[in-house]
Amino acid sequence: MPVRTLTIDGKPVSAVEGQTVLDAAQDAGITIPTLCHLDGVSDVGACRLCLVEVTGVSRLLPACVTKVTEGMEVRTESERLKRYRRMILELLFAERNHVCAVCVSNGRCELQNLAVAQGMDHVRFAYRFPPYEVDITHRMFGMDHNRCVLCSRCVRVCWFIEGAATKNVAGRGAGARIITDLSQPWGKSETCTSCGKCVQACPTGAKFHKGSTVAEMERDRSRLEFIVTAREKKQWIV
Amino acid sequence: MDRLTFATVWLGGCSGCHMSFLDLDEWLVDLADMVEVVYSPIVDRKEYPENVAVCLIEGAVANEDNLEQVKLIRARTRLLVSFGDCAVTGNVTAMRNPLRTAEPVLQRAYLDTANLRPRIPQARGIVPPLLDQVLPVHEVVPVDSFLPGCPPPADRIRTLLQDVIAGKGSLLSGENIRFG
Amino acid sequence: MDLADLLEIKEKELRTRKPIRLRCCLAAGCMSSNGQAVKDSLDKAVQEAGLADEVEVRGVGCMRLCCEGPLVAVDPAGILYQKVAPEDAASIVAALKGGETQVSRGDLNHPFFTKQMSIVLENSGEIDPERIESYIAADGYQALNDALVEMEPKEVIDAILKSGLRGRGGAGYPTGLKWATVAKMQSPKKYVICNADEGDPGAFMDRSVLESDPHRLLEGMAIAAYAVGADQGFIYVRAEYPLAISRLQTAIKQAKQHGLLGSGVLEAAFTFNVEIRIGAGAFVCGEETALMASIEGERGTPRPRPPFPAERGLYASPTLINNVETFANVPSIVRKGAEWFAGIGTEKSKGTKVFALAGKITNTGLIEVPMGTSLRTIVEEMGAGAPDGNQVKAVQTGGPSGGCVPASELDTPVDYESLQQLGSIMGSGGMIVMDQTTNMVDVARFFMDFCMDESCGKCIPCRAGTVQLHALLDRILRRQATARDLGLLEELCDLVKHTSLCGLGQTAPNPVLSTLRFFRNEYLELLQPEIGAPAGPGNAPKPDANPTR
Ligand SMILES: Cc1cc2nc3c(=O)[nH]c(=O)nc-3n(C[C@H](O)[C@H](O)[C@H](O)COP(=O)(O)O)c2cc1C
Ligand code: SF4
Ligand code: SF4
Ligand code: SF4
Ligand code: SF4
Ligand code: FES
Ligand code: FES
Repeated sequence: MPVRTLTIDGKPVSAVEGQTVLDAAQDAGITIPTLCHLDGVSDVGACRLCLVEVTGVSRLLPACVTKVTEGMEVRTESERLKRYRRMILELLFAERNHVCAVCVSNGRCELQNLAVAQGMDHVRFAYRFPPYEVDITHRMFGMDHNRCVLCSRCVRVCWFIEGAATKNVAGRGAGARIITDLSQPWGKSETCTSCGKCVQACPTGAKFHKGSTVAEMERDRSRLEFIVTAREKKQWIV
Repeated sequence: MDRLTFATVWLGGCSGCHMSFLDLDEWLVDLADMVEVVYSPIVDRKEYPENVAVCLIEGAVANEDNLEQVKLIRARTRLLVSFGDCAVTGNVTAMRNPLRTAEPVLQRAYLDTANLRPRIPQARGIVPPLLDQVLPVHEVVPVDSFLPGCPPPADRIRTLLQDVIAGKGSLLSGENIRFG
Repeated sequence: MDLADLLEIKEKELRTRKPIRLRCCLAAGCMSSNGQAVKDSLDKAVQEAGLADEVEVRGVGCMRLCCEGPLVAVDPAGILYQKVAPEDAASIVAALKGGETQVSRGDLNHPFFTKQMSIVLENSGEIDPERIESYIAADGYQALNDALVEMEPKEVIDAILKSGLRGRGGAGYPTGLKWATVAKMQSPKKYVICNADEGDPGAFMDRSVLESDPHRLLEGMAIAAYAVGADQGFIYVRAEYPLAISRLQTAIKQAKQHGLLGSGVLEAAFTFNVEIRIGAGAFVCGEETALMASIEGERGTPRPRPPFPAERGLYASPTLINNVETFANVPSIVRKGAEWFAGIGTEKSKGTKVFALAGKITNTGLIEVPMGTSLRTIVEEMGAGAPDGNQVKAVQTGGPSGGCVPASELDTPVDYESLQQLGSIMGSGGMIVMDQTTNMVDVARFFMDFCMDESCGKCIPCRAGTVQLHALLDRILRRQATARDLGLLEELCDLVKHTSLCGLGQTAPNPVLSTLRFFRNEYLELLQPEIGAPAGPGNAPKPDANPTR
């Protein structure tokens, strides 16, 4: 496979053709913030947290879907990028109802971690406080729409790893929401196999194991990783 | 040495942030040497004084009294610190906001669940009316510094106060800004 | 069907033409004010007057001055009747023979008409859009024949390149380059898509082309398909255009019957089929990747580009996607030559542009002008300024993605670059005129409201950012905002513009930015003083000096 040499934040990095900037950065130990990216499922470039600057390109490019090219100069840490990331996080916190103090994911949440990493100590936008419901009709799992960031990770694992196609996005704009089947209570779903992959994939406290209380929701990504590795590399993690 | 005038205020919050403040334990004694506590729930003073250097404000703006107070405090304070998640985000206090008005909350608390004489308390001047929407402090007045946490751990409070007193700035970073 | 057959149809059509012709507008504008009844009663009046051998009543497409509709034109007398009612039919017919009529007449020597230049609309208002013969009589399908018989695909692309034609769907990408990219792709299957989603509020240029001259679009698409090597086309048109859809369906059927679509088009070894896909009215489905997802039956949401549709488009095949007006220019370019086309317009913007003139302006309707015509000519001369003696304050172009050009800049020529320099865009052709009674912050909020509603919700900056932008504008208008909010508004515009996934979000802040640029005072006047002076660094997330000392 042809090798491509590029620099990320001034550091020379070599990558394989076809790799994304995000892959290359990860291999080189450089952290680029992500939210909608999940190893093993296709990328959608939706959260925009992974935007980077590339010399010679006037637009910002999402690292998760941008392929490396020879001689590419990537910057991941400019003041401008930091400002944008922080603001994107502020928008997310203001969008729905994040009350970390009473959240199952408190202390283990990717959104909360991102806020810490990006220095977001408060939200300057007016909180929207939309009325959202909690679906606890499923025997094992719950879905709290108040904490959903619409990253669609649950949808993609459900379609492309489990193959159940139970989860989907309905509505548009601020009214977009995750649905089960044709917008039914999760517990009524005839397609859900109760595999729990969507719960493992969720970055926030939106999807949880029933019975977990504040700060108790632990996720085990190794199960997803197991399947993805088996599929892509034909290796079985033991 | 001139001590900084220091205040703490308790608005729409559970007082947990103040409890955490008390968890500073013996450092409180050191603090007492560095600041002069001019106003606080733990100090017997009726009116918020002029020219306060630093004020920690716990709780969200939840009722009309909070609203008036926070404006007065802003005008009389040089460094205003949102103290705890309720002040910074609205947090638990603001969990009624998706209901849009205060009415359903009062209904539930004082009518639906009351055993004796169900009635919504109304006493102007004594019981301040609730605002329809609970607001974080900085949505009402400009805030200079944010001290999140529910409650903020004592050492986080200490870090901020030490920095402020030492003139090293008033903004926290890293794990010290984690909500929850 | 070959050239000889085409010429024969044309000749027959011209031969059987009656000496006097009444052209009745049957496009949506006039249809909505009873145009069909006007045509029916004219038909009847002609019969009753015993003039059926002499007088032909022809349903045609849009005659431009839609605000005065229903319109009826008389050939060869050169009369334009406006606001015609069905009851007027008898007197109009009588007037053909020296009688009197009270029906008001439009001034065909008004700049509204004389400053127009028709390429895209050359047949609009002239031919009967429901009869292929009518189009063929106007030299229709000859360009396709020229291309298939006399030109290699590469020559067609070269002609489009040389003509300087740029996409009329908004962004102005050079059409020839796009065609060349698709042509270069090696693939057993390629598609041509016509974007007829036309979602900008106030825009109706594409609709008029579809209703007035549908065969022109089919011909343009067929030439494109030949040039890039595609055999399947789709027209994606919004469900709100039922008349356009039905005329397209008729046109496709007729073209197939005449061997102008299908296999062996014009007896050449070229196959091209066209299908219509109807959109459910989401603005974002006009964005090319969302549009293709919608055709495939997926949720209509954009995806990151690259890969561009030209490389990987519909059903993962190379796909050419152009706007209605872009395709509609193609037959004329092929027929009249690239040099002819390149001779019209400005250095970088060639040809004409159709605008839907609306808002606070006397003459609303459809205009087609050479690129480079000044906004002043369009608004003050052709549009005859604001009605009721009001002053024109600004001109909005580009719809929710565009900006407001202030009256002081009316001498700006309309071309892609000049409008962009003023923070607006050419857009697809909506042009909304505002007078001094318009509050510009309100205008900005109106467009933000639109974008907020139409955001697909996929990416965060657009989904949540437009909501917050709208809330900030609302707060300013309610006189509850401070300078802090204005700062936040500007910061957020910057974010949404530079980080959104697709053009909807990337351009959503434009109406705010351009009104801030030219009408900042209107924002400042609404601001309130901040409560209590901030002692420290306010809300900036940077380390600060100690404000307590
Ligand atoms: C939100 C959005 C809406 C759009 N709507 C339309 C539309 O209604 N019609 C159109 O032709 N192009 C529209 N476009 C532009 C298309 O994505 C595409 O660029 C265009 O169809 C290409 O054709 P052209 O090169 O002929 O202009 C839209 C773009 C965006 C971002
Ligand atoms: S999902 Fe994350 S950010 Fe949201 S409330 Fe839970 S812990 Fe906080
Ligand atoms: S549990 Fe499995 S099948 Fe059910 S919704 Fe989640 S991912 Fe899909
Ligand atoms: S439920 Fe979780 S995984 Fe699914 S979209 Fe919401 S935040 Fe993402
Ligand atoms: S910019 Fe708006 S419309 Fe475009 S993908 Fe993002 S959310 Fe959807
Ligand atoms: S991780 Fe790349 S856009 Fe979300
Ligand atoms: S619709 Fe009749 S003139 Fe335009």
